This record gives sequence, structure tokens and C-alpha cells, in this order.
Amino acid sequence: MPKIIKNGQLIDDEARILILDESQAPEELTLAAGPVFVPFAVWQAHSGQLSGRADLGVWLDSHEDVAELVPDLGSIAAIAINFPKFTDGRAYSAAALLRTRYGFKGEIRAIGDVLRDQFFFMQRCGFDAIQPKVGKYSDAQLEEALASLKDFSAPYQAAVDQPEPLFRRAQRAA
Amino acid sequence: MYRYDPYDQKIVNERVAQFRDQTRRYLAGELTDEEFRPLRLQNGLYIQRHAPMLRVAVPYGLLSSTQVRKMAHIARTYDKGYAHITTRQNVQFNWPELKLVPEILAELATVEMHAIQTSGACIRNITSDPFAGVAGDELIDPRPWGEILRQWSTFHPEFAFLPRKFKIAINGAREDRAVIQCHDIGLELKRDAAGEIGFRVLVGGGMGRTPVIGAEISAFVPWQHIITYCEAILRVYNRYGRRDNLYKARIKILVKALGIDEFRRQVEEEWVFGKNGPNTLTEAEVARVAGHFTTPAYESLPADDAGYVSQRAANPAFAAWTRRNVLAHKVPGYAVVVVSLKDPSRAPGDVTDVQLDLVADWADTYSFGEIRATHEQNLVLADVKQSELFALWEKARAANLATPTFGLLTDIICCPGGDFCSLANAKSIPIANAIQARFDDLDYLYDIGDIELNISGCMNSCGHHHVGHIGVLGVDKNGEEWYQVSLGGSQGNHTSIGKVIGRSFAAAEMPDVVSKIINVYLAQRQDGERFIETVRRTGLDPFKLGVYGEAAVKERKQNA
Repeated sequence: MPKIIKNGQLIDDEARILILDESQAPEELTLAAGPVFVPFAVWQAHSGQLSGRADLGVWLDSHEDVAELVPDLGSIAAIAINFPKFTDGRAYSAAALLRTRYGFKGEIRAIGDVLRDQFFFMQRCGFDAIQPKVGKYSDAQLEEALASLKDFSAPYQAAVDQPEPLFRRAQRAA
Repeated sequence: MYRYDPYDQKIVNERVAQFRDQTRRYLAGELTDEEFRPLRLQNGLYIQRHAPMLRVAVPYGLLSSTQVRKMAHIARTYDKGYAHITTRQNVQFNWPELKLVPEILAELATVEMHAIQTSGACIRNITSDPFAGVAGDELIDPRPWGEILRQWSTFHPEFAFLPRKFKIAINGAREDRAVIQCHDIGLELKRDAAGEIGFRVLVGGGMGRTPVIGAEISAFVPWQHIITYCEAILRVYNRYGRRDNLYKARIKILVKALGIDEFRRQVEEEWVFGKNGPNTLTEAEVARVAGHFTTPAYESLPADDAGYVSQRAANPAFAAWTRRNVLAHKVPGYAVVVVSLKDPSRAPGDVTDVQLDLVADWADTYSFGEIRATHEQNLVLADVKQSELFALWEKARAANLATPTFGLLTDIICCPGGDFCSLANAKSIPIANAIQARFDDLDYLYDIGDIELNISGCMNSCGHHHVGHIGVLGVDKNGEEWYQVSLGGSQGNHTSIGKVIGRSFAAAEMPDVVSKIINVYLAQRQDGERFIETVRRTGLDPFKLGVYGEAAVKERKQNA
């Protein structure tokens, strides 16, 4: 079974990321059973039936505005945000907004071009689940990559994981 | 100056360990070139024409003698015996071996230095006034604020993958010496009517392919809120800056597209959420950081040292150096010394290991152990007693570090260009050296007076050609190197972008072109007028005529 990182641990996870091809209209889709992340367009088209399903999440692409999900946040178990390229940093702001401004308490998962050298930043911005592409890392490599979550022990600035900056957390000698 | 506490040291040590592991995985084939690229860039490491280039951060341009000795050691041990001062006050090494870079970073960490965020699409090293703390026109010392923003921006998790690089500069004096109008964020320290410290904030300035003067987004942000205000700007930029086209990805393009009023509205809307939040600065934190930038133990001295006055009278060469390279200090009896890195036999901004060691010694002997790097690619000893200037000058002259041309035509700002940089379209160092060779007569240089000639080897504008009174830009025409000349650019309070005068030139023509421009100026100049003032008064026409000749100008006008 594929593995993901959840709350700093390696766990099995079989959720599919549903990707529509161009010929598929979100309205006409019938969803198979089983854990899945559906695109925002599918959620919009079917939110009536999908709402509250514990094994279902919604994924947003990096250009989609998290604010559009706000009315539905109470009925969504998990949100995934896609990194089309690992250098596309919009997902960091999206996750931070979901946590701090919109108070989302469910899972926020990083998907797409997700690399271990960015795990630390993801975690700081409020991602609690990290799902690299299938085949990107072996289980052993992913296990080793957990170390990247601890690259820095006392960061300077406030972020989701550490809501106070160092200058408020620590007594720093003059 | 700022000294690391255990927290600062730990962050830098952890960075060394992180990059050591990243380099190991890259060399083992576990990281692709594409994956490694932003990691190495955020550690200042470029892959260049001949070898990697490592850019070491010099926060707001301030160095201790210990740090400068470490630079000398690195130049000697890992490089070819020299380093280069950049136009953003950093230090570059042109020849390190990739696999040894983690070792270099480990050495740097022992002297509280690093290469964090000196490149890449992140918040870069923050620059400031090289005369901070000693200039007579200073209102508020910018260095504590530079350090506070350095710490905030270091590994900021939300802004590590911005659409493009992001540069912040801070100035705290009446005269802008930090080019704040040409930065993504330019900060001008000021006081409000009640005497409270805050910042005038400019946004969307920059050089590069599309030079833009920054627009005022806020007339006054109180000091407590400067971090949350910058975060609001960065968040709007991170979310909405263009990512589809590298050339349109800087914040200036977003600000232009939205208009400053709409951009300001979006930032203010965002700021509502961050303002007064945990990132609001505290008096205790500002006091803690400011406590590192203490006034040195100045002696009580007469305003004019008698010995210094007579040494100047007796020695014309010394007098010439003091006229150009020695600047007024706010404390009587002290002076600010520009240690010139514009010896015509070297690339502008280059400095050898031996010279670095000497400068460190002089800093210890004469200037409280501190050195500053300037964006004009010189070094500064900021606190020298007038009575010791002669001794310092004799040593500096013997080390080829007393070229008495600060602020003159041959004090050229120049990027490494095609000799080193893989982005360059053309070489820039040989052009600088050829112009320096043409204008080697000091009396003539003094007659020409204050002038700034800046050379960039490509549109990225590291050589600040857009704001040179004379700007030279290397361009590629069908695989050949050509040089475009602009006039009327300026840094400082009257920042302006130069205008191109016409067709570009071959390298061999450049000294003649500069001679012709200078001849027009000398013919046109009115009493006491500096070069830039003449250009502003006359416009470009007389210069075009002088450079291209009447026939060419006429033909061009007909074809226009």
C-alpha cells in the first residue's frame, strides 16, 4: 500500500487523487467507493451528496483560491493542495490561510511535485499530510526523509506550527 | 555589530548540516539537477562558466575583522586567492569546488556567516547604507532593522518559493545610499510628528529587464508593524505574482498590472489579519537587537587634527586621496575611509586574500575592528581618527588599495560579466579596465568630477547600469558582444532610469565613446555643474551629436 507522511509518521494510505481528463464533465461523474480526493470542480457539482463523507477530500490546484471552499469547510474532512511544480510556492500561502484565517482543523495534504527538501516548509505552513508522487520515493527513502521535517529546531518567525516568533518564545540574551 | 546568540548559531549550524546532506544526495544522484538547483541557489551557489560560484551573505554590508580574515582564508584555501564584492554588498568566490562547499559553509558558520538566501526566488540578503552609524545626515540607524528583517526573512516557510527573487533595502539618512527606489521593497526610516519611528514603504522598484522606480505604498508604517506589513506585501505577491513568464514575475509587474492603488488596497486588506498579531515587534526585541549596534568608544578630539592638516598640505598625493576617499564623520576628529577596490589592474570589486588580511588588520588597528562592503564595490573603514589617516594611507597605497578615485569616472560599478557569469551576454570587466586605462590622468578625472559609470553584462542589471550617469549594457547581436550606452540614470534621492542614446558599440569603441561623452559634458558644463546635472539640463541631443556625429543623427531622425 502507498505510504504518506501524516503528523510526522509514515502511514499507509490508499486515497486516490481523482484527476479529470478534459472529456469528463464534473457533473456527469459517478464516483466509485473508497477513499478519494476529488477536484474542486467535482465537489462543487456534487457537494450535496459528497458532503460529510469521511473518506472524501477535496483537492485544489495551486491557482485555485482557498476562499471558495470556506462556506463548505465544516463538511470537508480533508483538503489537498497541489504543487504542479515544487517551485510553485502558492500552496504554502493557501495552507497557511486555511489554518490561520479560516480555522480549518481537518487534514491538509501536500500533493503533486512534493519533495523532501520542502517538507520542513510545508509542515511550518500547516500541511499535516505529505504525499509525494507514487514512485518518487521508496518506502526506505521516505522513512529517511522524515529527518527533513526536523531540519531546523528553533525557527525565527511565527508560522502555523509555531504561532509565536522566536523573540516572543525565547528569552534571548542581549 | 550584531553577534550571534545560541539560537542564531544553531540555525546556521543546522543549515550547514542540511546543505551537506543535500550536496551528498545530489552527488549520489538522488537529487536531479532541477531539484538541486533551487536548494543550491538558496545557499548562494551558482553553476558558472568555469566552476561553481559561491555568494556569501554580508547582512547590510557589515563585517568584522574576524570575518574578513575568514574570507581571506577561504579565498586562499578553496579559491584562487581572491574574492569579489558584489553590488548587493555580498562577497563572491568564483572557483570553489562543489563538493567542498559544505566545508566552506561550515568554516563560515564559525565566524557567524552563511550564504543563506543570497540567490533564488526568495527574500534575499537585505542591503543598507554603508555609512550607517557614522554619517552626519543619518536620522535613524538602519542596521538594527536590517538585522530584525534578516531574522524574520531567514527560512520564511511561506516565501521560500516566490514567483521570483525579492530584494529589500533600508535607508535611514537624508540621502539615500541604499538605492531603495530600485528594490522590491524599499524602506525609508523616518519619524512621525509625534517622534515615533516608522518606515516609508516603497514597493515594486527594480532594475533588470524592466527598470521601474518603486511606488510609495505607505507613507508611514509604525515600527511595531513593519514585519506584518512586509508579510502582507509578500503574501499578495506570492499568491498573485505571475508564474507563467520568468520575465514578468517580479513584484514590479504585479504592481504595474494592478496599479499602486489597487495593490495597496489588497495589501491593506491582507494586513488587517496580520496586524497586531504575534509578529508585531516588541520594544524588548528592538532594544535587544539595537543593543548590538553600540557607539564605539570614541575619543574626544578636535574637529581638525593639526597633524592631518599639515600632512595634507605637505603631500599632494595624500591630499588627493583624502579629497576623494575620506569622508566626513559625525564625530569630531574621526573620518570615514573608502578603501578602493578599483585599482585598474584588477576587476572592479576584486580583492585578494593578502589584501583582505591587511584590511582586517587595519580595521583592528584603526577602526574598532569593523569593515563595511558597499554596493559600489569598495570597502569602508568607518571610524578612523584623522591623526591616523596618513599611516593608513601609506599602508593602503603600498597594498594598491588607495586608488584615489572614489565617486569618479573610474570608480566603476561592474558585474563579473561574461568572464565568469553564465547569464551574461557580454564581458564587462575588460570594458571597465579599458575605460580605466583611457582615463588614467588623475587631474583630468578630478576636473571631470563626480560621475557614476556602471556596467552590466546583461539585462539582469547586476552592474546597476540603469542608474549609472553613464550606463553600459552588454548585449548579444548574432553571437557577438555589443554595448548599449545610456545616459541620465541616477541613484539616491533623485533616482532616475537612464535613456539609451542610440545604436550599440563594439568593445573596442567603448573608451572612445566615453571620451566623446565626457568631451560634450566639458564643453556644455556650466559653473560647478556635475555631469548628471548637465545631462538633465541639456537632454541627450548634444551627447548623441558628440558620439554619433551630425550625419548619423540626422539620418536617424529622418528614419524615425
